[in-house]
Amino acid sequence: MRFMTIVKSRETDAQPSPELIDRINQLAEDATKQGKFVGMGGLGPTATGARARLSKGKITVTDGPFTEAKEIIGGYAIFDVKSKQEALEWTRRFLEAHIGLWEQDLEVEVRQMLDGDPSQGC
Amino acid sequence: MATPPKAAEVIDAVWRIESARLIAGLARLVGDVGLAEDLAQDALVAALEQWPASGIPDNPGAWLMATAKHRAIDHLRRRKMQDTKHEHLGREMDERQGSPEEKLADALDDPVGDNLLSLIFTACHPVLTTEARVALTLRLLGGLTTDEIARAFLVPKSTIQQRIVRAKRTLAAARVPFEVPRGPELAARLESVLEVIYLVFNEGYSATAGADWVRPALCEDALRLGRILAELAPNQPEVHGLVALMELQASRMRARVSPTGEPILLLDQDRGRWDHLLIGRGLAALTRAEAPGGAYGPYGLQAAIAACHARAGTPEETDWTRIVALYDALAQLLPSPVVELNRAVALAMAFGPAAGLELVDSLRDDPALAGYHLLPSVRGDLLAKLGRFGEARAEFARAAAMTQNARERALLQRKAEAL
Repeated sequence: MRFMTIVKSRETDAQPSPELIDRINQLAEDATKQGKFVGMGGLGPTATGARARLSKGKITVTDGPFTEAKEIIGGYAIFDVKSKQEALEWTRRFLEAHIGLWEQDLEVEVRQMLDGDPSQGC
Repeated sequence: MATPPKAAEVIDAVWRIESARLIAGLARLVGDVGLAEDLAQDALVAALEQWPASGIPDNPGAWLMATAKHRAIDHLRRRKMQDTKHEHLGREMDERQGSPEEKLADALDDPVGDNLLSLIFTACHPVLTTEARVALTLRLLGGLTTDEIARAFLVPKSTIQQRIVRAKRTLAAARVPFEVPRGPELAARLESVLEVIYLVFNEGYSATAGADWVRPALCEDALRLGRILAELAPNQPEVHGLVALMELQASRMRARVSPTGEPILLLDQDRGRWDHLLIGRGLAALTRAEAPGGAYGPYGLQAAIAACHARAGTPEETDWTRIVALYDALAQLLPSPVVELNRAVALAMAFGPAAGLELVDSLRDDPALAGYHLLPSVRGDLLAKLGRFGEARAEFARAAAMTQNARERALLQRKAEAL
């Protein structure tokens, strides 16, 4: 089963240090070597993005930045694992890699992707 | 309310992540895969005993590693003290070179993945039966429990247990060295590894037994194993060929079964339901599957054929002429009536049903295809396209009587009735 882990935090100008990038790459390499890594991506600043909303049958589009947002999605990783708990363990390692190297709070949402498995009936 | 994860679930997750590396490192040290697994299992049991009471450690993986390390060191010390047999003198001499702690640290430190690769080659060693190779590979590399393997292959748990115990005994008795084969042996041994992985994949992709036509978990296990191998042996084109083939086939998984569980054939599938993440991965792997000089091996060729389908937005856009050429190449590398049958299907698509039927008819007396339900099934399709409905109906009925899979039988019966 595949899980998408979605990384959320406050939007800042802070850039990850080379050491932090190293640690995350190491983690991705670890997961790759176990055949469990499907993909990962970082997202650009909300200033270059937009939001489209459907409300009461009307569609509105707002350009970024989303200054009012407390949390934004910064990136994601997709793991192919045996259980939610295993996805959580990779997520734990991902967060652990940030300790001492990243100031802001981070939150990772771990969500199963339903599309890979016909038995999910979607 | 937030609920803390149960210790057993965390242990299970950590085991799936660490077990292969752990067993491989321990096997490097003690030289025996069976013993290595026992030691790793000891650490797992210790975790199951201690974590529920003491709480889950901050770094569960490291805890498991450290505990297994201690068990291994204890074991080596005991063996040193008790063992006076001549056959172990050589190993003892080696052990004097460094303390067990240092040697273990070295053994577990496996930056190039040599331990894991050795583990794969050992689990797929030709002294073992194919069934034993499959069970041992899923157990040691895939981190599957005996229960899970038994469920996947629809056999009793005790059968798998015995298979694994016997396999470990066979490896020990044959004194199979824990190593990556070199030179000319490598190619033959690699073939056995690829065969095991593809077998697991195929059992999941079109189950030969049981009520369900697909068992996705087995496909996922095989894909993970293939991806591991691709990381460990990046210079072997056929490894990438196999990974490409599996990714591309898996990309069609959710499109090839109807909501009620019936198989949907390739050309009837809703291509919007194909998994483009996997297609992308498959096409990327395919570019690495070409040997120097641009030739594909058998897996690479099959992946290249699958890629022709993956690239076609609609069935009409399929490059059938290229597929025929790829099947020609495959038939030369791997002469087999099954390949010929597939080539016939491609020929019919590229040059009309009569061209395909001619080739199929030449295969009808091949004893290798005598019980193969796809022969009458393909023949039925081609006859129907040529308007020979009576003969087509008879062929579908014959195919339905031959298949072991309930879902496939129903599909064939419906085809016969629809004519």
